Amino acid sequence: MTPEEQVQLRRARRGRNIALALVLVGFVALFYAITIVKMLD
Amino acid sequence: MTATVQTQALPAEWRDFFALTKPRVMSLVVFTGLCGLLAAPGSIHPVIGFAAVLCIAMGAGGAGALNMWWEADLDAKMKRTAKRPLPQGRLRRSDARDFGVALSAASVGVMGLAVHWLAAAILAVSILYYAIVYTVWLKPRTPQNIVIGGGAGAFPPLIGWVAVTGEVTLMPVLLFAIIFVWTPPHFWALALFVKSDYAKAGIPMLPVVAGEAATRRQIMLYAAVLLPVSLVPWWIGGTGAIYGVAALLLSGLFVALSLPVAFRKSGEGDSMAPEKRLFGFSILYLFALFTALVVDRILLA
Repeated sequence: MTPEEQVQLRRARRGRNIALALVLVGFVALFYAITIVKMLD
Repeated sequence: MTATVQTQALPAEWRDFFALTKPRVMSLVVFTGLCGLLAAPGSIHPVIGFAAVLCIAMGAGGAGALNMWWEADLDAKMKRTAKRPLPQGRLRRSDARDFGVALSAASVGVMGLAVHWLAAAILAVSILYYAIVYTVWLKPRTPQNIVIGGGAGAFPPLIGWVAVTGEVTLMPVLLFAIIFVWTPPHFWALALFVKSDYAKAGIPMLPVVAGEAATRRQIMLYAAVLLPVSLVPWWIGGTGAIYGVAALLLSGLFVALSLPVAFRKSGEGDSMAPEKRLFGFSILYLFALFTALVVDRILLA
């Protein structure tokens, strides 16, 4: 693997990790909101 | 299987996964699903409503990813789809499959737990219908593939409606019927001007198998059926006059635009303007019709 490919690999992996983190945080927030709504019903 | 799909060494970007969900198809799915939800009688908590629409979108995305996983070899042969992540080798095929399965399973599970199990069941049926009945089974076998595939795209407003009411009644089934009848002329108009591509990939699209003249006749036929079908919700008293008049005008225009397509024969180097116009209008048609449905419900309810 060339140094350029290594840089590209790190960038792609970092982007995926950030995207996954945002999705997970979003789901935590959504499930929290759903739980509160269901309890108030 | 031909070896047209390149192997890849670098890890895929998140954008490639996003592209697997067919974002442009999803925008129509989200819109019609949301309209079904807003037009349904009764109320739903905004958070639960948001979860329902999110699940519909995730289900559509999962089904789209499974479709691209299955059709990677076909997509590589067509200009329109050759730039997708799998034919380009930017993504491992097994990753696309796992992503599709995970997204589909999550959408059904969350829909059931947070919204309604009947809505979740219909969502599951719609995903299996698109990913298996359409993609795997019927698309490569019958020139009526688009008629059958239209069923998959017709589910979102039904699911959105059931998410609110918890039961299947005539109105959401009619919304299903409208999209079901709308899909063939919408897609065949497109197929008329990208015909050569489908022939190359060996997909029995109607213009390839039955010929252009038959396709043009069928487009007009479906447009003619769409007119009364789109008016039924008004006739049975399910909507008010706002929807009724909008449906009459929009469907009338749809029929009018299908006529020049029906009675034409394309020559060498044809610009296919009437076909492109009909295709463009068909997208506007669906957005406008469902907007009218929601506006009708909000103003007259």
